[in-house]
Amino acid sequence: MSCYKGKYADELIANASYIGTPGRGILAADESTGTIGKRLSSINVENVESNRRALRELLFCTPGALQYLSGVILFEETLYQKTASGKPFVEVMKEGGVLPGIKVDKGTVELAGTDGETTTQGLDGLAQRCQQYYAAGARFAKWRAVLKIGPNEPSQLAINENANGLARYAIICQENGLVPIVEPEILVDGSHDIDRCADVTERVLAACYKALNDHKVLLKGTLLKPNMVTPGSDAKKVAPENEEQATINLNAMNQLKGKKPWSLSFSFGRALQQSTLKAWSGKVENVEKAQAAFLARCKANSEATLGTYKGDAAVGDGASEGLHVKDYKY
Amino acid sequence: MEEVTLFGREPSPFTYRVIWALKLKGIDYTYTNEDFTNKSALLLKYNPVYQKVPVLVHGGKAIAESLLLYLNTLMRHGRKIHHLPKDSYERSVADFGPNELIANAAYIGTPGKGILAADESTGTIGKRLSSINVENVESNRRALRELLFCTPGALQYLSGVILYEETLYQKTAAGKPFVDVMKEGGVLPGIKVDKGTVELAGTNGETTTQGLDGLAQRCQQYYAAGVRFAKWRAVLKIGPTEPSQLAINENANGLARYAIICQENGLVPIVEPEILVDGSHDIECCADVTERVLATCYKALNDHHVLLEGTLLKPNMVTPGSDAKKVTPAMVAEYTVRALQRTMPAAVPAVVFLSGGQSEEEATLNLNTMNKLKAKKPWSLSFSFGRALQQSTLKAWAGKEENVEKAQAAFLSRCKANSEATLGIYKGDAAQGDGASESLHVKDYKY
Repeated sequence: MSCYKGKYADELIANASYIGTPGRGILAADESTGTIGKRLSSINVENVESNRRALRELLFCTPGALQYLSGVILFEETLYQKTASGKPFVEVMKEGGVLPGIKVDKGTVELAGTDGETTTQGLDGLAQRCQQYYAAGARFAKWRAVLKIGPNEPSQLAINENANGLARYAIICQENGLVPIVEPEILVDGSHDIDRCADVTERVLAACYKALNDHKVLLKGTLLKPNMVTPGSDAKKVAPENEEQATINLNAMNQLKGKKPWSLSFSFGRALQQSTLKAWSGKVENVEKAQAAFLARCKANSEATLGTYKGDAAVGDGASEGLHVKDYKY
Repeated sequence: MEEVTLFGREPSPFTYRVIWALKLKGIDYTYTNEDFTNKSALLLKYNPVYQKVPVLVHGGKAIAESLLLYLNTLMRHGRKIHHLPKDSYERSVADFGPNELIANAAYIGTPGKGILAADESTGTIGKRLSSINVENVESNRRALRELLFCTPGALQYLSGVILYEETLYQKTAAGKPFVDVMKEGGVLPGIKVDKGTVELAGTNGETTTQGLDGLAQRCQQYYAAGVRFAKWRAVLKIGPTEPSQLAINENANGLARYAIICQENGLVPIVEPEILVDGSHDIECCADVTERVLATCYKALNDHHVLLEGTLLKPNMVTPGSDAKKVTPAMVAEYTVRALQRTMPAAVPAVVFLSGGQSEEEATLNLNTMNKLKAKKPWSLSFSFGRALQQSTLKAWAGKEENVEKAQAAFLSRCKANSEATLGIYKGDAAQGDGASESLHVKDYKY
């Protein structure tokens, strides 16, 4: 068989297509406990389960926000959490027409003989985990592979290893009913120019699609989550990557006249939550203000997927703040 | 500069070479001349495996192999190094790691010795035990392994034993840890680290092997428990469209990732790409597939920066399929050695064949014939047998205390026979235990 044609094929195609609905995109709320801890501490909030739950409730229950989203990526803990009044988050999403997704990788490990390059682990028992997540309501998954640009990087070993891991993950997801988001992130760290980023991105994507083909992945039942092609963070100045910049770039892509046989949308974490977090600061009395900030970013990115964003989103505190963290680890 | 001590023996040229290198590089050192009739306690401490000289001790750490390479590394770029290069030691494949891995891999391939594969999972050993009407409980599993490891005179024929995790932490009835029994017998403990196979979608039942998640941490724990080598079984099969390129690539890549992670954590990886004997194909077909698979494996190992001198290969012998007409040991020997010559770099110190369903006697005869063959063989050819070492032992034991001596005699006999086979001197005269000629083939064998 040339690619997956099993029992979930039609469902995978339908779900992947739905996620790419023009006017909608993905909220990446799958920060691991460690990572969300850093975000919470930046606003002086304690990293305990109730606060993590409260933050996610703030986001998912923002009135009017879910219409701009087709999916939310969750960390495992969140998949099983509920609102304060006891309604499971997955139900909140379902009712809002949003597909729950789940991060399934188990982080990166270093590749020996390279200069700090990594591969991603998480394949052991993945089929069983996907089945459990499907039973809990998840309909798509995410796996983050990481590459970097340097004098000798990314090496062929790193590219091949990460592409292969993505392909194995992808087919296992499909066999178990989850649409795999394929994420080969090339970090923005470095002083390289945009042409270098373009060259590396093209080589990496070619390797990924070759691997997906080798592993008989059904492309119509997948999504790609790549970096945009930009200069390195230390290169000659283009505007810094912040909430507003991400939206503007997305908008510009959707206004571009050219062959684009796929929809161009978003799967944003920090770029959707930054000003929301600052507005909230962990205080119940700020929830309304925070939700207003979140709604503004959701609406702005929704418009960006249609190429109709006018740059007029209520610029929340932090919307233009740089979100770059060197050598970012989720 | 951290203290440097050289244990040597004049007038050995090997010792002199190191002395000259030290003098040329202007490195201060203390010298101890060893008397081989009375090896100093320090020498035994610093070179326990080989107990030979010269041995260099730098900053408390012993280097027993490639001393000149080591000194060159210290003096890279013409600079004198006044301290142990911290980053290169702490890095996974440090200047010490390679030496221990190389020494252990070479030791496992010592002519006259081989590996007992006693790493049957709980499920698999259950099938063996039930075949002799013994209950599959921990005490019986322990008793069986004690029977094997404590067979008087057997350990001299073994360089390693592969264990299942449970066995690693078990003891004799008298309370002595199995790993201690092995150490005293000059046998290295090994451990199976893979987590079994999973099917590859879009293939006709082909599989890949899982077990990479958290493997580094597990290797560290095993090393701390005394383990010095590991095993990972990749499985391929021959069929109309098998093995597919996807299956070959996936399994080779998995083996290479496993291998480098082991080496980073002090364990010699045994690379096992088993091509199942199931099928009606002829020996030519098996040879062709084996060569393609081994070529892919060694390409993958190279891509992943694996140190070949610190690895072992555990392949199938090249034979006709289980449903095809049998051939002579001479043919098996010729095809097998030729496949290895064409694909396996000389840097690999040894091959430890799997028996794959051959009877005890068949496996020994084939191994013996390979070792008698006049041909270029820059690696030693030995065994890593499970069923082919234990079959008649199991039958003789039948789980009964009163049969232990008889069972141990059967085991000793197979160990000795295979030891002789690694030297090409086996005369086919091993006390034929009940079952020694019995085929051990189980269709589509899963460990």
